Amino acid sequence: MTLESQDVEPSALVVAPVPQRKARASLLWLFNPRLAIGLFILAVMGLGSMILPAFAPADPSLQASYMRNLPMSGAHWLGTNALGQDILWFLIFAIRNSLMLGIVVAVGVTIIATIVGLSAGYIGGGFERAVMLVVDTFITIPLLPILIILGALIRGNTSFFTVGLIIIIFGWAWDARTVRAMALSLREREFINMARFSGANTVHILVREIFPYVSAYILVGFINTVLFAINTEATLAVIGLSKVEVPTLGSIIFWALSYNALFTGHYAWIVAPIMATVILFLGLFLTSTGFNQAFANKRGVS
Amino acid sequence: MGVLIYVAKRLGLYFAVLFIGLTITFMLPRLMPINPVDGYIGQIQSRANGTLTPEAIAEMRANLEALYGLKGDLFTQYLSYLKRVVVDFDFGPSFTYYPARVSTMIVNALPWTLGLLLTATLIAWLLGNMVGLVAGYFHKRKAASVLEFVGILLYPIPYYILAVTVLLVLAYLVPVFPLSPTFPVGPITFEKAGLILYNSLLPGITLVLAGFGWNILSMKALAVATTEEPYVTYARLKGASNWTRMTRYVFRNALLPQVTALALSLGMVFNGALLTEMIFSYPGIGLIMRTAATGGDYNVLYGAITLSILAVATAGLVIDLVYPLLDPRIRHK
Repeated sequence: MTLESQDVEPSALVVAPVPQRKARASLLWLFNPRLAIGLFILAVMGLGSMILPAFAPADPSLQASYMRNLPMSGAHWLGTNALGQDILWFLIFAIRNSLMLGIVVAVGVTIIATIVGLSAGYIGGGFERAVMLVVDTFITIPLLPILIILGALIRGNTSFFTVGLIIIIFGWAWDARTVRAMALSLREREFINMARFSGANTVHILVREIFPYVSAYILVGFINTVLFAINTEATLAVIGLSKVEVPTLGSIIFWALSYNALFTGHYAWIVAPIMATVILFLGLFLTSTGFNQAFANKRGVS
Repeated sequence: MGVLIYVAKRLGLYFAVLFIGLTITFMLPRLMPINPVDGYIGQIQSRANGTLTPEAIAEMRANLEALYGLKGDLFTQYLSYLKRVVVDFDFGPSFTYYPARVSTMIVNALPWTLGLLLTATLIAWLLGNMVGLVAGYFHKRKAASVLEFVGILLYPIPYYILAVTVLLVLAYLVPVFPLSPTFPVGPITFEKAGLILYNSLLPGITLVLAGFGWNILSMKALAVATTEEPYVTYARLKGASNWTRMTRYVFRNALLPQVTALALSLGMVFNGALLTEMIFSYPGIGLIMRTAATGGDYNVLYGAITLSILAVATAGLVIDLVYPLLDPRIRHK
């Protein structure tokens, strides 16, 4: 489990790319209700799922820690499931693992997409056409069937980390397309020409002139990729092709469905992860659109 | 001339996508550390309680490798693979349902997937765009933000959550639909068609809900931007009614990016449809893939993925070829 050793904290990462000087001087331009609600949800779920596991009475992924199918009570707030696991603790670990996977994948995807998108958009010519052909292919090819084949081939021999790696390999194209579109529109701006006439080389222009301008969009894309990664892993887990022993928002539903939680009237087991997923995804989505809105207002184009 | 260049470029992309897609499908299993033939032999041997002689195993391995196109070096394999897929549309036999041909299985499942997917996508696209148009055109009124709120709530919810929730609500809490729907096979009679339609409603509703939210949000954003355009103001000053401005000025212009976006997001929509089929046991490509993935039936998996790439790429091509009909600027360039 290389993932667990990584000390990544979601809310810090979400806020970090905003330049410190500006944020300190006038944090108000950032504020809008969407962003506030979104960040609040992310902070509660992120901090909660990072801190609480330290107090867990037992590893929730171990089976038969408790009696099976206990109802909700003071000792087990959401009861226990048919495998003898505490549902609430399983859910907390699931949120933590899903968030971590999402952030790790989003870091990888953002790096690849930014490099590919910026260079394609700025350099242009035959290089751009070749890159965009690959990007469009990756966008067009439906991801799920490929993931299913990979899942069927490496099932059982995979780590949770490999699943993340596969999602990175097949998930960077959308973001690269967005970044490239922005770089394309920037290429013709005055201040870029200014820099070029002043003798700046391509790398300098990309890093010092274009990157600061697109970083706001990259932040939004980052949050959307977290959402995409969590969703993709969960999708694989729901059909049993991810590492289902690891608690994630998908594997909890996989176990609930395969033990027929619906038929046996085990509502907490199936409804709790649904609620948690919906709230988390809503939080991520509101944060990303909230940032978008804030940046748009700042530029004066709402 | 503009149209010809446009069509030629688009066709070029189409064939490139197919070629790269097929190559990825060919390479993936060969990059994996696992050999399916070993898996098959292991399964057969465990059924035979380990009574097979080494000679029999070697012979079986040679047969399997010939059957699954694993003979020769990588390049020879690749050429014969392309020939089999492109020219013959042949993926060999299914392992689990031997000797059923994979291509027959897929062709039988295809109408189910296409029927469900096309209907649901069309409904979601039309409904979402209409709601989004109203929400965007009247974005200064309070009531419009309620419509946008629906989109915000629906959009980020993943397919599997929607599917399980729809099942929970409409088959369990309010038992309108059966929990485990049945889909009769064989020749279609009138009653059978009704039953199929009725049982397809649950996966259909899931797909419509999933596509609905995204269409509302993006159409709303486009409509807001278009409403600010000078030609809309001009139409208002000219005395065009609200309805005329909304449908003929804002809608027609905001529609174009939506068509492009639909073509681009087809892959995602297709993923969702596969997943929905798996959860509702709907007898389409998705269910076949799930059964094949659990049983290690690789030929079926490769057939299904090749067909998926072909279907999504072709649908994207068709949408993009319709585009010049909607956008006069490409026609008259």
